[in-house]
Amino acid sequence: MVKQHVSAILEYRDFIFASIRREFEIKYLNSALGALWTIINPLALILIYTLVFSRIMQARLPNIDGTYAYSIYLCTGILLWSLFSEIALKAQTVFLEQANLLKKVNFPRLCLPIVVVGNGLLNFMIIATLFAVFLALVGSLPGVEVLALVPIVALTVWFAVALGIALGILNVFFRDVGHFFSVVLQFWFWLTPIVYPLTILPPMAQELMTLNPLAGLITAAQDVVLREMWPNWASLAPAAVVAVLMSVLAVRLYLSRGAEMQDEL
Amino acid sequence: MSSEVEAAAPAQSITTISLSGIGKAFRVYASQWDRIREWLSPFSSKRHEQTWVLREITTDFKQGEAVGIVGANGAGKSTLLKIIAGITQPTEGALHVAGRLSALLELGMGFHPDFTGRQNVLTAGQLMGIPLQRLQALMPEIEAFAEIGDYMDRPVRVYSSGMQMRLAFSLATAERPEVLIVDEALSVGDAYFQHKSFDRIRQFKAQGTTLILVSHDRFAVQSICDRAILLQGGTIARDGDPESVLDYYNASLSKTQKITQRLQDGRTATVSGDGAASVSELCLARGDERDVDVLCTGDMATLTLTVEAHEDLDKLVCGYAIRNRLGQDMYGINTFHTGHPIGPVRAGERIRVSFRFAMNLGAGEYSIATAIAGGETHLEGNHEWCDLAKVFTIINTHQKAFSGFVWLEPEVEIEALT
Repeated sequence: MVKQHVSAILEYRDFIFASIRREFEIKYLNSALGALWTIINPLALILIYTLVFSRIMQARLPNIDGTYAYSIYLCTGILLWSLFSEIALKAQTVFLEQANLLKKVNFPRLCLPIVVVGNGLLNFMIIATLFAVFLALVGSLPGVEVLALVPIVALTVWFAVALGIALGILNVFFRDVGHFFSVVLQFWFWLTPIVYPLTILPPMAQELMTLNPLAGLITAAQDVVLREMWPNWASLAPAAVVAVLMSVLAVRLYLSRGAEMQDEL
Repeated sequence: MSSEVEAAAPAQSITTISLSGIGKAFRVYASQWDRIREWLSPFSSKRHEQTWVLREITTDFKQGEAVGIVGANGAGKSTLLKIIAGITQPTEGALHVAGRLSALLELGMGFHPDFTGRQNVLTAGQLMGIPLQRLQALMPEIEAFAEIGDYMDRPVRVYSSGMQMRLAFSLATAERPEVLIVDEALSVGDAYFQHKSFDRIRQFKAQGTTLILVSHDRFAVQSICDRAILLQGGTIARDGDPESVLDYYNASLSKTQKITQRLQDGRTATVSGDGAASVSELCLARGDERDVDVLCTGDMATLTLTVEAHEDLDKLVCGYAIRNRLGQDMYGINTFHTGHPIGPVRAGERIRVSFRFAMNLGAGEYSIATAIAGGETHLEGNHEWCDLAKVFTIINTHQKAFSGFVWLEPEVEIEALT
């Protein structure tokens, strides 16, 4: 049964690529600055946090010096966080947003969250490239360790889409899920060491933090980019376990409730 | 092209769609909490009510067959189409569809207003499951059929609704599917394009496409379909030739107590009404000759209805319509429109109404439908409506040969122009 769904999606790969491209084009088709807006938002966020924490509150990262250290730390975290939250949030609402299409056309529904993933990755690539240019300019481009980012990003996307699809299906039946998840994301952001370093927390809180799958992922990325070291692979384990569990949940929900979803849209 | 196509038309024997015992129920929960409890409960406790919108739908659709699905709003037509199209899963029963299916439930799905017609054709086409390369090959044909000219390369946002519909239809029918499902989508667009799209659908049918059409347009159903299905309350109320099914549907619309159908000349005649008055005798005369079945084009004819009242009635309207073989009205009128009010009438009284007219119809077979009502339409106080009350034949022996249903003989003048 799963195989059947997969082959149906493969048949629609042209459509998926075209939709990703279209989504991307919509962003700049009717605006003068176009694709720049993709960058301006996270840039503003990074600027604010750098100003507030690094300059005004004089926050310093322990054991690391450098004018840009905090900015780099922050950028890395926000970049990965945005990738996660964009995919999860959009996948969670995509079925409701495309209700009319789902009600009138017969096509593999899972194409929709896949398009979300594609667009999330595309945006991520653009900002990551700019970030790399910035790193090169300030002379802190990491070395071969950068390869470690591939599994980190892959795991982040996997977790995000599995969570997003599971919530997306639930959201069709229980609209509260969507509202609830937006609130959860706010807390989740501050419960993840993105703006502050993990080490400023008391030891008890640091212990608890290992339960947050995103903390492991983001810390690993920060280690690679800022400290130019290979990440502690074991810290990715919670994320991997949760991603697998979420995938199982998403697939089970899709197989058992996918057909019923149509009647609720 | 069409003659080749029709020669190759396959016999209507291969089943393309088979439905057996199809039913669809929606789950209705008293509250969201009931749904949560049902989902989370480890024991399968049922906390929802089922609302059935379709029940026991069993029928087959053959290759090259065109079936019209008619019925009032909420009868389950759209749900049935969605089930056949694979968009909605049936709650019970089995569905089998052989071959590629194309469903036009709504035209312009997948179109984005900011993109050009051409770009939209590519994306929407892929949404329908046509590969990109194939679409590119089909593009010139899609463009030619839509006839929207330069607009093809302008954003769809500046299109008129008719243009968007032309493009969408052109795309949706760019490739002949094994099964074509058309919801009322086609009622938009100008007469020219409607004609063109119906032609294309007819061609598909001749090539073996099974057509399923939902429409409230009697003409559309009768001119294309070989068969009609009437859905009432989610079940098949009637299944048969379009004329008798539509007559039955038409009769059932007037909220009457009883409808009867009997065979008249191998066709089904429908009688409906509250029975407050009825036609006890119908006579079609040709000059002095009473009760004729054959008339000639141009003959003076007299149609006499003897109406019997079974209740005291304030007023009475008597009318008739002459229809051709396809059930299309050639002419229809009643005593309200002619300005001959009848009534009041007492129970048991009989009235004779005669209509005298020149039979200016072309050769062919025609039928007469009679109506007795309390008002000007058959929907208001329908006492008796009788389809196929009489069938007669027109032959053309005295007049010059001509084609068509009506005799509109011209005076011809020819001048040499130098």
